[in-house]
Amino acid sequence: MANMKVNMSMTKNEMPEQDPVVRAGNFEEVALGYTVEAAVNEAQRCLDCKNAPCRTGCPVSVKIPRFIEKVRENDFEAAYDIITSTNSLPAVCGRVCPQEKQCESKCVRGIKGEPVAIGRLERFVADTHMAKEDKPEPVAPESNGHKIAVIGSGPAGLTCAGDLRKLGYDVTIFEAFHKSGGVLVYGIPQFRLPKEIVAAEIENLKKMGVKIVNNAIIGKSMTVDELFSDGFEAVFIGSGAGLPQFLHVPGENLLGVYSANEFLTRVNLMKAYRDDYDTPIKHPKVVAVVGGGNVAMDAARVAKRLGAEYVYITYRRGMDELPARKEEVEHAEAEGIEFMLLNNPAAIHGDEEGRVTGIELIKQELGEPDAKGRRSPVAVKGSNWILDCDAVIIAIGTSPNPLIRSTTPNLETTKKGGIQADDNGVTSREGVFAGGDAVTGAATVILAMGAGKTGAKSIDAYIKSKK
Amino acid sequence: MYKVVTKRYLNEARTICLFEIEAPLVARHAQAGQFVIFRLDEQGERVPVSVAGYDREKGTVTVMVQAAGRTTKMLHMVEEGDYISDFAGPLGKATEMEGLKKVCVVGGGVGCAIAYPIAKEMHERGIDVTFIAGFRSADIVILKEELKAVSNKLVMCTDDSSYGEKGFTTVFLKNEIEANIAEGKPQFDRVIAIGPDIMMKFLADVTRPYGISTIISLDPIMVDGTGMCGCCRVIVDGETKFACVDGPDFDAHKVDFDSLLKRAAFYKDEQDEAAQHICNITGGKRNG
Repeated sequence: MANMKVNMSMTKNEMPEQDPVVRAGNFEEVALGYTVEAAVNEAQRCLDCKNAPCRTGCPVSVKIPRFIEKVRENDFEAAYDIITSTNSLPAVCGRVCPQEKQCESKCVRGIKGEPVAIGRLERFVADTHMAKEDKPEPVAPESNGHKIAVIGSGPAGLTCAGDLRKLGYDVTIFEAFHKSGGVLVYGIPQFRLPKEIVAAEIENLKKMGVKIVNNAIIGKSMTVDELFSDGFEAVFIGSGAGLPQFLHVPGENLLGVYSANEFLTRVNLMKAYRDDYDTPIKHPKVVAVVGGGNVAMDAARVAKRLGAEYVYITYRRGMDELPARKEEVEHAEAEGIEFMLLNNPAAIHGDEEGRVTGIELIKQELGEPDAKGRRSPVAVKGSNWILDCDAVIIAIGTSPNPLIRSTTPNLETTKKGGIQADDNGVTSREGVFAGGDAVTGAATVILAMGAGKTGAKSIDAYIKSKK
Repeated sequence: MYKVVTKRYLNEARTICLFEIEAPLVARHAQAGQFVIFRLDEQGERVPVSVAGYDREKGTVTVMVQAAGRTTKMLHMVEEGDYISDFAGPLGKATEMEGLKKVCVVGGGVGCAIAYPIAKEMHERGIDVTFIAGFRSADIVILKEELKAVSNKLVMCTDDSSYGEKGFTTVFLKNEIEANIAEGKPQFDRVIAIGPDIMMKFLADVTRPYGISTIISLDPIMVDGTGMCGCCRVIVDGETKFACVDGPDFDAHKVDFDSLLKRAAFYKDEQDEAAQHICNITGGKRNG
């Protein structure tokens, strides 16, 4: 790259966004994406390092410098082909990956100044491809005659299915919901990840020959054992972490207390925010969200968009300890979400009709760092106070749903209810592989995708070893 | 898409309708006491409804649905040969009947439709079944012949005496229990009560002093039906349970009915409002 033009700007090209005041009243996408000029200019910030440290930060090993090179050369289709050779959901990853903790955290430009905006470039490439009218249809590879079942159509399952199909396997995804996409459709809101994008990625997989059976609840409609007796030679479990955790404090079953899963599913999957859809939703005026992760931010921002005047994030640690992506926290703040940090719920109060009237919080102080280096909150005695509100949304995490593990004999599980699997996704049952949140408990989209990829590789090796 | 193979109203007033739906994946494992979630079309909500019967060979599942809210009213407008968008299941746990010898099944209104397959299976297993079926009035009575065929003794009652005995199911349940004592017959080793929440609450009060194990089948508000949202939370013996995966059957003497009744009414305003906006010109079809 001798004659490469390098843009030495210390900062990323800004990505235009909808105005915070406007967007807090609609469900349109917040971030609007790069223009061609901004993308090419940003691509010129890449130094094309020989050892490509950015790639080591990517769970699916996207060939980052190679695709950025193509952006620089204005060859966006070639860039798309490079990304999709290892990542089957680029439009999704470009939007929801925590790049600041992954690829961008390894970028040499980040040592002095901001790293290259890899995520924004990935999104630009994927969106440019999707918007193209005369793009070639995805090719369906010849079947090799081996049937594989994938449970769950979230990021882990879709990735595993896509990779196996590319290798020639005859893949069927079994999805419990009426709509495919898992957490990408029920969890992540429209304004952060438009559902049309998820649908388009799934359509691509179908064109490649991946079959999807909806309304199939494995563990109920049929068991893993039955999948084998129906002729599937291997099974990948990517069923996610769908079981909501509750606080176990008094008042938790009052009217107006939701799990984030319920609140977000009503709005995202069932589209309760739209008048032409039937699923009901309340429009609370003052909302307290419990938790500090991405799901808490999503729930708070959805509540705001449903018309809440005040939305509070209550979190037992401080601003620096919030587990959410920095960008999500900033977006929430800009939209007027207020942070009640160092506060832990003790109870939820209600009126005679059983409706929520407030959440009782105890102030916290940060104590000594724990084993992971995070400072643990310690309750300040006698500091209880009540935050008036008419809805409480609990977003303190989810764990794997027991439907599969409880109906699959000899499938070992972890103490936390996850399926026991090694680094290659191999479980205690022959022919059964697992990955993503179903194994680890709630994590990120991209880690689940990485696990889906690994699962596909292991399944391929397993089938070949049987021959 | 799931085809409606049979549609048949079960009573004069046409309040409850039977639908036989082609759904092989559900029919494969469906059992009495379980439920399915259906959705009419793209804009539809997910609504749970109990399994009323199944034919594993034909691959069909039968449900009996009362037109109550918007979605169930629109379902009643669906005709034989039409398709509905989704039909998922079977969900929840099947009703336990291991080791039972003599059972009293009590159904109230559309609850009889849910209780029927349970009584039927018990009857087939040789369990002595007394069935008490209560309705508001004669025009909404369902399953007269079917209930007779699956019970050793059938008591039918209406609030206004327009059909069968006059009175509430609570009275007849107490009578049956007392008769067992008076006549020196074996007592019921279980009462299974299915109907409006308030009826089940009072039936639980009837059996409590006798110490008769009593199971009720709950039908709270749900979204996914697979344990994912926690909307169907119910307090049983002080502990929070999810009706969709831990139930729908629970010990009637341990259920917190106060919380149950309040939670069931949470979306009442929205539901009443929505039910008023069904297009009669298109026969309930949204984009017709």
